[in-house]
Amino acid sequence: MPLDRIRNFSIVAHIDHGKSTLADRILELTDTVSQREMRAQVLDTMELERERGITIKAQAVRVVWKGRQLNLIDTPGHVDFTYEVSRALQACEGALLLVDAAQGIQAQTLANAYLAIENGLEIVPVVNKIDLPQADPEGTAAEVADLVGEDPERVLRISAKTGEGVEAILDAIVERIAPPQGDPKGPARALVFDSAYDQYRGVVAFVRMVDGSFQTRENVRAMAAGTRFEAEELGFFSPNRTPTPTLEAGEVGYVVTGLKDVSRLRVGDTLTSARDGAQEPLPGYKDVKPTVFAGLYPTDSDDYPDLRDALEKLKLNDASLFYEPETSQALGFGFRCGFLGLLHMEIVRERLEREFDLDLLVTAPNVAYRVTTQAGDELEVHSPADMPRELEHVEEPYIRASTIVPKDYVGSVMELNNDRRGRFDHMEYLSEERVLLTYDLPLAEIVYDYYDQLKSRTRGYASFDYDLLGFEEGDLVRLDVLLAGEPVDALSLVVHRQAAHPRGKALVERLREEIPRQMFDVPVQAAIGSRIVARETIKAKRKDVLAKCYGGDVTRKRKLLERQKKGKKRMKQVGSVEVPQEAFLAVLNLDGDKR
Amino acid sequence: MSAEGRARHLYVHLPFCAHRCGYCDFVTLVGRSEGHAAYVDGLLAELELEGGLLADPLDTVFLGGGTPTFTEPRQLERLLRSLPRAGEVTIEANPETITAQLAAVLREAGVTRVSLGVQSFEPGLLAVLERRAGPDDVRRAFYHLRDACFDNISLDLIYGVPGQTPADLTRDLEAAIGLGPEHLSCYELEAKPGTRFTHAWGGELVAQAEAMEGYFEFVVATLESAGYRWYETANFCRDGRQARHNLAYWLGRDYLGLGIGAVSTVDGLRWRNAPKLGRYLAELGAGRRPPREREVLDVHTRRVERLMLALRLDEPIPLEEVEEAVDADALARLVALGLVERTGRGLQLTRRGRFLGGGVTAELIAEIPAKQLQLTA
Repeated sequence: MPLDRIRNFSIVAHIDHGKSTLADRILELTDTVSQREMRAQVLDTMELERERGITIKAQAVRVVWKGRQLNLIDTPGHVDFTYEVSRALQACEGALLLVDAAQGIQAQTLANAYLAIENGLEIVPVVNKIDLPQADPEGTAAEVADLVGEDPERVLRISAKTGEGVEAILDAIVERIAPPQGDPKGPARALVFDSAYDQYRGVVAFVRMVDGSFQTRENVRAMAAGTRFEAEELGFFSPNRTPTPTLEAGEVGYVVTGLKDVSRLRVGDTLTSARDGAQEPLPGYKDVKPTVFAGLYPTDSDDYPDLRDALEKLKLNDASLFYEPETSQALGFGFRCGFLGLLHMEIVRERLEREFDLDLLVTAPNVAYRVTTQAGDELEVHSPADMPRELEHVEEPYIRASTIVPKDYVGSVMELNNDRRGRFDHMEYLSEERVLLTYDLPLAEIVYDYYDQLKSRTRGYASFDYDLLGFEEGDLVRLDVLLAGEPVDALSLVVHRQAAHPRGKALVERLREEIPRQMFDVPVQAAIGSRIVARETIKAKRKDVLAKCYGGDVTRKRKLLERQKKGKKRMKQVGSVEVPQEAFLAVLNLDGDKR
Repeated sequence: MSAEGRARHLYVHLPFCAHRCGYCDFVTLVGRSEGHAAYVDGLLAELELEGGLLADPLDTVFLGGGTPTFTEPRQLERLLRSLPRAGEVTIEANPETITAQLAAVLREAGVTRVSLGVQSFEPGLLAVLERRAGPDDVRRAFYHLRDACFDNISLDLIYGVPGQTPADLTRDLEAAIGLGPEHLSCYELEAKPGTRFTHAWGGELVAQAEAMEGYFEFVVATLESAGYRWYETANFCRDGRQARHNLAYWLGRDYLGLGIGAVSTVDGLRWRNAPKLGRYLAELGAGRRPPREREVLDVHTRRVERLMLALRLDEPIPLEEVEEAVDADALARLVALGLVERTGRGLQLTRRGRFLGGGVTAELIAEIPAKQLQLTA
């Protein structure tokens, strides 16, 4: 298809602002799917996505409108996948900025809208849900117009639910968004903006052909990874898989690679022909590294092999998931896993529990640290248990946090951010009522109980998003928890020196409540190195007897003791102290319980 | 069966009571006299059937209840006179049932020891327990027994009654010690599931659990300083007057039990008579054994019980008797914690270990050996 008859676009929207519904209407209106076939939210295929209202893996759908080929490229909706979003946007020339007329712009929309503008995309602003009684289409249109520097009259007003105004969107896509640029005759270059693993076909890459074309069965090379493979099948989704003999410049489609490992074909890589290929890859490839880490342990140690298999399977579809075996004296065998962010962690955890039916214990998440030891060695630390107690210098990741709140809550958010070692960057009124606040914050502060605090201090009105800035030095210490003098590896934390005392105190108090009294006094301590910063004592039991035992009840008493013995077997042994699994859970969920 | 293989201990259950106390979960029947003769007939019929299991002479007989002394006196006397002779014959009694006359009858009929269900000397606490005897009844009963030349009397006390203050407990112990019984049993009040009492007072019992730790220590300290030996978790004696019948249980000896709900353990087999009176009498009337629940005690289970029971005592148990039932790692840990002692004479709980005897024993029990698992599977 000639380049000028193609339009590639994506939809930037906050969760629940109607992206999937709009996509459904577009498929209907273009006769891509008949109404009868229409399954609500066709694009979200996974059960989990449907429930959480987010999209984990981008897909692209081709529709035809008035003789034009329109490719809708779906983007993940969350900050953790910023890089994937940026690659998906890179594959487009324009984006619909979809905003709920009742809720207005949210921080996530903002972040992705900026990302789209930075990528040079034409923004088509759309206000959705104008049919809702509480909708404020004019106010929202003004806010959106202001954001993108557009005349409010050009902001489209639609209801994806009723279909009102959706035709106008399709026309605007054709009129306002530029056709793709590229050299149809040059050496082939295709941007990989997503990939998925199919158990029969191997890795399937979603690509935007920028220059040249690919033929089915052609030998292809991924320029950054150096991986070579045969393009077993080319095609596009409409919305079902439709094989085609070629993919041409400007088009969006998929390549079946037959590769067995997603890590050999990363998002952002450039595909070219193995023979007479391009010299230069497309710009912008980055190797994305996990920033948030946590230990994942099976509740029942017998499930360890199942957990390993499940992680292996997830990794097939999720190149950004990192894991390595880890052993904890308190929790047994498990894995230290790295995630792109907290949501990514939650998604992985839920998939493990739901799709693989595993019962998991997840340690408190921590961030990646760059440590210089006293000997001058530099290392990256992913687990508090690996943090040297003596060190020269440590750096932690910082983020640029954007928060949008009603103006009455600005003070509360500033207070929270100041408590969390935040540095004020700037503040801006988006409208008379709504304020955008920008702060630089250590990522570690977001990982610990931040969302809940933000939510409760702003009564849920805040919307929040962040970008990773880089690493900065921090006054950080390793905080250990000791039970009867024995450090409990799973409970070690890295905290800011100022927070060590209150965090330690909260931890030991909670442990004292959760660990049943033993047959001896158990000191529970929090320590920085050899310095104790908090201490509690679990007082020894003074009495534990079966009062009566005569000939008539020997059997019952014996069974009682045998049950008690079995109960002890289920406890985790830390030194001489028996700790029920629940106690670890309660402490590891310290943040959770404040919810 | 050889003579030494036979049970030397006989338990006879007399279920009748004037009133069922709220905290009681024993097999009891409320109502006066009618049926007592038939029940004694049943007991004697069962004795006839099972007599072959008993050694001659017996070492101990124990009449428990219920309230054995509530049994119609002529029937009680007929029963006592029909039972085989034994070195120790104990009967449980409620104070209000003991008259001078009954005391004399019991003595005459061969009873050597009386266990008096006092529970408390505080009228308020007795009311909570729904006990009918007041403090004066207790003293009167005690003197009647002494007058009838009983030189082995035990008092049962209960502590931890909701509302009981430390001063109440002190007064109860002083009152009991003041009477000078040979033996005392002191139990913390248990909230037994399904009883009226637990329904009414369960919350209080949970709330006072921590205070009860101090009460237990206080009971032991007070009785010891009064010259009693803490020879079993909940039992105290002086002048070597242990409850020989109960001691037999704790030493893992065989025993035969007669009556509804009664348990027997003979030669690795344990059985419990069904608690229904009608069936019991009907079957025995027809010359058959009453309905029973049976339990085969394998070697490991017997060892576990031997260990569990022996550790209640203040005497060591020879290690070789129970070694295979002991978790060696746990033993080492508990010895290090100062809760268990291993001497040349065997295994024993330390003083602090005895206060924690339940938990210590649970920890000490070895898992069922794999070989036995296969056998029982």
